[in-house]
Amino acid sequence: MRIDAEAINKRFGEGFVALEDVTLEVPEGSLTALLGPSGSGKSTLLRIMAGLETPDSGVIKIAGNDVTHARPQERGIGFVFQHYAAFAHMTVRDNVAFGLKIRKRPKSEVRAKVDELLDLVGLTQWGGQRPHQLSGGQRQRMALARALAIEPRVLLLDEPFGALDANVRTELRRWLRRLHDEQHVTTVLVTHDQEEAMEVADTIAVMNKGRIEQVGSPRDVYDQPATDFVMSFLGPISAVDGKLVRPHDISLSHDPSGGDVRATVKRIVHLGFEVRIELVMPDQSISRVQLTRGQTAELGLTEGQEVYVHPPESKVIGRADEHPGALGASDDDTLSEAIV
Amino acid sequence: MVTRPVWKYSLRAVALAYLAVLLLAPVVFIFIKTFEHGFSTAWSYVTTPAAISAFWLSVLIAAIAVPLNTIFGVGTALVLVRSKTRGRKILDALIDIPFVVSPVIIGLSLILVYGLHGWFGPWFIDRGIPIIFNPLGMILATVFVSLPFCVREVAPVLMEIGTEQEQAAATLGASSWQTFWRVTLPSIRTGVAYGVVLTTARALGEIGAVAVVSSNVLGSTVSLPLLVKYRTQVPGPGGISAAYATGTELAVMSLIVLIGMTLLAPQRKDA
Repeated sequence: MRIDAEAINKRFGEGFVALEDVTLEVPEGSLTALLGPSGSGKSTLLRIMAGLETPDSGVIKIAGNDVTHARPQERGIGFVFQHYAAFAHMTVRDNVAFGLKIRKRPKSEVRAKVDELLDLVGLTQWGGQRPHQLSGGQRQRMALARALAIEPRVLLLDEPFGALDANVRTELRRWLRRLHDEQHVTTVLVTHDQEEAMEVADTIAVMNKGRIEQVGSPRDVYDQPATDFVMSFLGPISAVDGKLVRPHDISLSHDPSGGDVRATVKRIVHLGFEVRIELVMPDQSISRVQLTRGQTAELGLTEGQEVYVHPPESKVIGRADEHPGALGASDDDTLSEAIV
Repeated sequence: MVTRPVWKYSLRAVALAYLAVLLLAPVVFIFIKTFEHGFSTAWSYVTTPAAISAFWLSVLIAAIAVPLNTIFGVGTALVLVRSKTRGRKILDALIDIPFVVSPVIIGLSLILVYGLHGWFGPWFIDRGIPIIFNPLGMILATVFVSLPFCVREVAPVLMEIGTEQEQAAATLGASSWQTFWRVTLPSIRTGVAYGVVLTTARALGEIGAVAVVSSNVLGSTVSLPLLVKYRTQVPGPGGISAAYATGTELAVMSLIVLIGMTLLAPQRKDA
């Protein structure tokens, strides 16, 4: 079912503005990611959709019905928490069956549905165990099965993979994408991990400081970022001649051709297929460029060499002086980490 | 801190000796004294009419005070931990009054409120419900002194389990009532059980507040702790032996509750 958030405002206490005039449409059957740094309001927006928080003003609609003042129980949602929120005193089966038992479904129906879901999340042989006997990834799959058991109209996931190891995360998000392709439940996923959002979602809403900065497909927000923030949050950036660009959109050459910047190669880092090059710009600031191994070999780059830097005309978004701190202006070792 | 083995073992020995002298020795001594003249002698001391009456009065007091304070305790802990009402801090401070005020003062204050010349006393006496110097007063005094135990055991457990499980239950369609019975209560049951054990021990053992509001008439308003005190004052060796037997009886009763609760709510191994 489609979800609409219209002009949502939310403050915590006196001072902190969690959401400011947020409007977002989640199309039916989509998998939308709310992407942003911590404190951007993404989790608050999700919890307002679920009814776990009440907005100060604004309207939430599910399938066109105003549910702003409906309790979570009445919204027909499935919610998955970052830390699983597993019922510790119940077995895995009883956890998954919880919503169905509350709805007083016949025992045979509950059993069949739980069997089906345990099979779907690959926990059939774990049904009799307690949650604490499962790994983090298994617990989160159990929590997903529990949320899906009640056949929710919408599925809301609050940083569902945030507490898991890197390889389990990757595996689970692919699994979630497959699940969504099979079940088509409208899904909203909160994450601070841009790679996760790009891999799983078909729509990304980038949030910052309680506002939505941009909504679009993963390609749109990456290639046509609407603001400096979106650009810096979705991937590494570099500054060339006072402009913000993606490090992989910069090309280097030995030929000066109209207005190009001359820089010195400071360091060359080989990361398999990718090669990262640190340049000392004319103003002594450091910029990073990302090339392929082939390109580097072709140029015959060596440290200390002088090269000409060509920023791409079309992919320039902001001006470096408007965007301090997020740039390679300081000698920061890992630029992408500094930004994300 | 790195401790040398010799220090580690000396510290342990000192701690154990301390506990042995102060806690274990008196209790063991009472057990030994109780069965000094054989089991049947001890049994005869706890089955006199006055002892049987005292036993049932203590059971009655505990049977009313414990469930009352358990229900109140869980409810209050929920208010203290989960709600954001303004009066929370005041409530939090009020709960501890029975801990900080001497039980004798509590007994006296009950006389001031419910006694013959107290605020509400005449109203109750007119309706044929005398409270002071009657079992009802002893029950009130016990409820008062044993009130904080359950709250103080349950509140930290509630804090620790957090609200996510309850929120998950809500999103799955459970009402507040269903959430409480199916999710919250099973999660805090260890705390509740321990609260019940402490409340029972205090309800059975309370003497200070109860002595003030009891008429001290054997067979009607003498509970087991009061009987112990009464018997220690009876001249001759018989009195003190009977007091030991009653003391052991109290200890066994508390122990039964402790074992019962441990079986009902075993410590969870997960966290």
